[in-house]
Amino acid sequence: MDLVLQLLFTGIGIGAVYALVALGFVLIFRATNVVNFAQGEFSMVAAYLMVVCVELGLPYWLSFVIALAGMALLGVIFNLGVYYPLRHRTYLPVIIATIGASILLSNSVLAIYGPQPQVLQGWFETPGIQLGPVYLDSQYLLIIGVTILLVLFNFWFFEKTLLGKKLQATSQDKEMASLLGISVSTMIMITFIYSAVLGGLAGILVAPVLFVSIQMGSTIALKAFAATIIGGFGDVAGAIVGGLALGVIETFGAAYISVPYKDGFAFLVLIAFLVFRPQGIFGERVAEKA
Amino acid sequence: MSASDNMIPAPAVRSKPLIIRHLPYFLGAAVLVALAASMQFDGYVLNILLQATTFSIAVFGLSVVLGLCGQINLAQAAFFGFGAYAVGLGTADLHLNFWLCLVGGCVIALIAGAFLGMSTLRLGGHYLAMVTISFQQIVTLVMINAIGVTHGPDGVANIRRPELFQSSQSYLAFCVAMLAIVGYLVWHLPDTKLGRAMRAVRDNELAAGVNGIDVFRTKVSAFAVCAALGGLAGGLFAGGFAYVSPDQFSFAESIQFLTMSLLGGVASPIGSAIGTGLLILIPEWLRFLKSVPGLYLAIYGLSVILIIRFMPDGIWGFVSDAFTRWRAHTGAPPVAGALQLKPATTGGDIVLEVTGLSKHFGGLKAVDGVDIAVKRGSVHALIGPNGSGKTTTLNVLSGLYKATSGKIVLDGTDITSMAPHQRTAAGLGRTFQNIRLFRSMTALENVEIGAERPGNTMIGKGDDALTERAMEALTFVGLGNRANELISSFSYGHQRLIEIARALASNPTLLLLDEPAAGLNSTEKLELHELLKRIAAQGLTILIIDHDMTLVSEAAQHITVLNFGRRIADGESMAVLRHPDVVSAYLGSE
Repeated sequence: MDLVLQLLFTGIGIGAVYALVALGFVLIFRATNVVNFAQGEFSMVAAYLMVVCVELGLPYWLSFVIALAGMALLGVIFNLGVYYPLRHRTYLPVIIATIGASILLSNSVLAIYGPQPQVLQGWFETPGIQLGPVYLDSQYLLIIGVTILLVLFNFWFFEKTLLGKKLQATSQDKEMASLLGISVSTMIMITFIYSAVLGGLAGILVAPVLFVSIQMGSTIALKAFAATIIGGFGDVAGAIVGGLALGVIETFGAAYISVPYKDGFAFLVLIAFLVFRPQGIFGERVAEKA
Repeated sequence: MSASDNMIPAPAVRSKPLIIRHLPYFLGAAVLVALAASMQFDGYVLNILLQATTFSIAVFGLSVVLGLCGQINLAQAAFFGFGAYAVGLGTADLHLNFWLCLVGGCVIALIAGAFLGMSTLRLGGHYLAMVTISFQQIVTLVMINAIGVTHGPDGVANIRRPELFQSSQSYLAFCVAMLAIVGYLVWHLPDTKLGRAMRAVRDNELAAGVNGIDVFRTKVSAFAVCAALGGLAGGLFAGGFAYVSPDQFSFAESIQFLTMSLLGGVASPIGSAIGTGLLILIPEWLRFLKSVPGLYLAIYGLSVILIIRFMPDGIWGFVSDAFTRWRAHTGAPPVAGALQLKPATTGGDIVLEVTGLSKHFGGLKAVDGVDIAVKRGSVHALIGPNGSGKTTTLNVLSGLYKATSGKIVLDGTDITSMAPHQRTAAGLGRTFQNIRLFRSMTALENVEIGAERPGNTMIGKGDDALTERAMEALTFVGLGNRANELISSFSYGHQRLIEIARALASNPTLLLLDEPAAGLNSTEKLELHELLKRIAAQGLTILIIDHDMTLVSEAAQHITVLNFGRRIADGESMAVLRHPDVVSAYLGSE
C-alpha cells in the first residue's frame, strides 16, 4: 500500500509534465489546426538553455528567466520560419515541416553539445519531505504545484481576459475574427510564444528528475501526444487529465511489469484508445462539414 | 491494368497495348540489370549501389502512401527492419530458405502495416504521424531489448544469400531487377483503379467517398503496400550486407527515408530513386561532416523544411510538372459518342422514399421528421430559406451525416445505415454546393473516378471502356474538348459542370444536385437549365436543392419545402409555390 501511494505520487508528478506539454500541443492545434511535432523539442531546448546558464554561474532564478525568454524567442522564430510560410497549405506539409523542425532542433543541440546527458540540480536545497509512508520529492511537489497554478492561469486567461477571448475567437473562426478587427497573425504569434514557453517550462521542471538529454524532447512529446488523444483531441481539460493518467499508468507499469519497456506503455494505451474510444475521454470536435 | 484488358478493340482511345507502349522502360531496365551484372565494381562502389537500390524500394513505398494517397508514414525504417530481421534471423539462426524469409518478411510488414493503418486511418492525419512515430520507437525498443530473439544491440551476423546469387555482383543485378519491377508497378499504379482511388482520397476525401470509393480501405491498402515494400527492401538489404543491427532501423532512418522521398519528389518512383541516390551519395562525398554527431540529421531536418516550403513537389516533380502542362495542352482528347443514361429500375414507382428523417446536433433539430417521396423519372426540388435544413438533409441522404432517426430507401434498398461509398454503389450520385473536385487531376481523370463506381453497368471491362464512358459524360456537359486539362484551369461554372459529369458517368439511379446554380452567371444558369432538361429526358431522376426560384419552378415538377428542419409543404410545383406557408417562410407574413 505504501508503495502504491509512493508510485501514485511519482506518477502524478511525471504526468503533470506530460500535461503541460500536452497543453502546448492543444493550444497550437486549436489556433492553427496543426499538430506541432516540435513541441517536445521546446522542452529539450529550454532544459539545455538552463544547463548552460547554470554552468556559466548565473543564479538559478536568472537562468530560469533567461531560458524562458529564449523559449519565447524560439516561439517567434518557429512561427515565422516553419508555420507562417505554410499557413495556406493543407495540414500535411505543415506537419512535415514541424517534423523537420523537430529533427533540426534536436540534432543541432546534439551537434553543439554532444551526446552526454547533462545533470540539472533541483530548485530546492531540501531534497524532499517524508509524509507518513510517502516520501514527497521536492521537485515533484514543485511540478505539481506549478501545473495547478498554470491550469488556473490558463482558465482565467482564456475565459476572463480580452486577449484570451480574442485568441479563442481566432481559433474558432479565423476569417470572422479578422473581419472583427482581430489581427489573426498576431494571435497566432502569441499562441506560438505561449506554447513554446509552456513547453520550455515543462522541460525545465522535469530536467532535475530525468537527465537532460537529446531524446527527452521526443520522449515527452510522444507521451504528451498520447495524453491529448486519451483526453480527447483539442480539449484542454482532456490534455491535463490524459497527461496525469498516462504518468500514473507508466509509473505503475514500470514498477510492476517491465522497466526497459516503460516507454512502450504509452503507445499501448494509445492504440487501445484509438481502437476502442478514438474520441478520447472528453470527445473530439465534429468532423469537416460538406 | 493487365495487357489482356487492352485487347478489347476500342475506337479512337489508346490503341497500342500497354506492353508495347512501355517497351522502352523494360529495355532500359534490362540494360541496367546487364550492366550491374557485368561491370566490375570495387567493394565500396558495390556497397553504395546495393544500398541505393534497396533503399529506393523502401522509398517507393513512401511514394505510394505519401505521394499517391496523402498519408504520412514515419515508421518506414521499422517496416524495413521487419524484412531485414526476417531474412537475417531466418537464414542465420533458423537456417531457412532465403526466398521463404524474404516473402515472410514482406507478409509480416504488410500485416503490421495493415493493422497499424486500421487502428488509426479513420482518424485525422496528425494521429497517423504520431502513431507511426510511436510504433517506430516500440520496434526499436524491442529490437534492442528482446535479446533472446533479436540478439539485441549486437545485431544479426552471417546472413545468407540465395544459392543463385552468391556473388555480390550477381546479387546486385538481382536487386536492380527487383527495383525495376517494383518501380514499374509503382509507376503504373496511379493509372489503375486503386491508384486513382488513392489520388482521389488524397485530393478530397469527402468527394472520394460519395463517388463510390471506400476511403478507409483505400488508405489502409496504401499503407499496407508501403509497409510491404519496406519489408521487401529490408529483406534485400539484409541479404546484401550479411549483417544488420537495430541502429539501422531507427527513427532517424525513417526520417532519412522521408527526406529522400521529399527531395526527389514524393509523387513518383523516379523522384524517389533520384532522392535516394542523392542522399546516399552526398554524405559519401562530404564524409568529414560525419565526425560531428547530429550534424547530418540537423541538415536533413533543415532540408525538409526548405523543400516543403520552396519545392513541394521535389526535384522530379519540378521537372515533370513542366512536361505535364505542356502535354496537357497539346494532346488532343479522343472523340466520344453520346452519353447514355440507363438508371436502374429495380424498385417501384418511388425511387427515393424518405420517412421520418431527423438529424439533431445536440439540442439543435436541423432536420426533424421529414418525409420525401421522389417519383421515378421526375425532377424533384427541395427548397427552403437559409438554415432550413436542406443541405443537412442532403448530407444525411448521401451518408456524410448519420441520421438520428428515420429511414431512407433508394430504389427498394434500405440505405439508412450505409457508408457514403456504399450508397454510391447502390445508385446515388451527387454534386456539392462548394465544388469538390480532385484538384491535382485532369477533368477526364475526375470523371473516370465517377465512372468507376462499383455497380456501374454502363461501362465495359478495361481502361479504354472507362475512358470512353468518361469522355461521353464530359462531352455531354460540353467540355469534351478540354478533357486533358487540369481542374485549376477551368472556370467556376465549368468546374460545376465537371462535377455533374462525374456524377453522370457513374450512371446513377438518383442524382442529387446541391445548389447547382449557386455562383453561376445568367448565361451559365440557362445552360444549366438546358443540361437538366437533357438529363431528365433520358429518364434520370433528379433531386435538386436550389435558391433560384426560376430554375426550380421551371425544371421541377414536384417541390418539397423545408423550414426550421420541418416539411411545411409538398406537392406539384405551382401549387406549392402559392402555398401561404411557403410565401410567408420566404417573404415573411404580413
